[in-house]
Amino acid sequence: MKSRDLAYVALFAAITAVLGLLPAVPVPGIPVPITAQTLGVMLAGSVLGARRGGLALLTFLVVVAAGLPLLSGGRGGLGVFVGPSAGYLYSWPIAAFVIGFLTQLTWRRFNLAWAMVANLVGGVAVIYALGIPFTSIYGDVSLTAAATGSLSFIPGDLVKAGIASVVAVAVHKAYPVIELPRRRPAAG
Amino acid sequence: MTAALYVPGAGPVHRAPAGLKLGLLAALAVGLFVADRLEVVAGALAGVLLIGLGVARLPGRALLAQVRPVWPWLLALLAFHLVFTGWHTGTVVVLRLLALVTAAAVVTATTRVTALVAVVEWLARPLAVFGVRPARIGLVIAMTLRFIPLIAERAQRIREAQAARGADGFRFQALVPLLIQVLRLAHTLGEALDARGADAPAPSPRRAGASAP
Repeated sequence: MKSRDLAYVALFAAITAVLGLLPAVPVPGIPVPITAQTLGVMLAGSVLGARRGGLALLTFLVVVAAGLPLLSGGRGGLGVFVGPSAGYLYSWPIAAFVIGFLTQLTWRRFNLAWAMVANLVGGVAVIYALGIPFTSIYGDVSLTAAATGSLSFIPGDLVKAGIASVVAVAVHKAYPVIELPRRRPAAG
Repeated sequence: MTAALYVPGAGPVHRAPAGLKLGLLAALAVGLFVADRLEVVAGALAGVLLIGLGVARLPGRALLAQVRPVWPWLLALLAFHLVFTGWHTGTVVVLRLLALVTAAAVVTATTRVTALVAVVEWLARPLAVFGVRPARIGLVIAMTLRFIPLIAERAQRIREAQAARGADGFRFQALVPLLIQVLRLAHTLGEALDARGADAPAPSPRRAGASAP
């Protein structure tokens, strides 16, 4: 990794932190207000790609674990990593990696549709696939019960996936950061 | 803006090595899930409170502030178990949650951010086999902390520019110019680091010699 990549990693860790500072947005018709933090997960993956995106979220989690209150609502410290919703947190680096992987896979024909696929699979499905079983085991509750509790967040996640995809396509055109390996590597 | 959750102190808990505290926290987390009996989790919670309030002399407020975010979870889990499984399982689950979150709060409140980052660097040492240089973790973290106020400031500037053109409130279209601005900035920072030799594959012999005792 070059220094530039390290700077990009730090940048998206910081962007995720700043998104946590935004006040939660109450949306009519949805009981739970949306926080913007998982938007950081989606943007990291779809702008930086798999490796740097995953590392950005890993860096963010390290900074939170070290005791800085950077999660939305001013939460932080090790407590959030041993709480009932910690599975969602652990899923973030993996989610960013998956989003980045899918983005790189479709990079040459990247458009809004592919961006949506990447963000929905990585930014919504992966997060719930890890978060729900964790809560279920942690709280000794059935998977169905754990899943029911998180249903109210789905509409917000769909909105965030939409925003992340629009932004990702615009950044793809204006300032592409992901570099694909050449198809035929140059000799030597 | 980002006040750490550390509470200054000089007791034995504060002085204990950060790695030891993290290791004990991890052991407690595993232990409480393996031995999920009521007397074990209740004893663990009592022990954690004794260490946090008695030995480390942390203010109750500091611990409560970190436990507060899990209250909704606590109530929801208790309600679920009272309805579906009975009070015994519910009590075990809730006490385990309280014990773990409080223990984590004690570690966070008694350990400096720098000490925890040093543990992360130490843990990352075996990754050197894969070409990861642990010393650079500190660099990335330092850059992250510097970027946070910087991004907030740039976002504010874009919002003001849009307001001057008659747009009301923050619009998500503002994310695109913001991202491009900060990506350029990160790119420049990376180049500056390289120019100062941050990308050197290993310390040069001269440097290694100079730092040797």
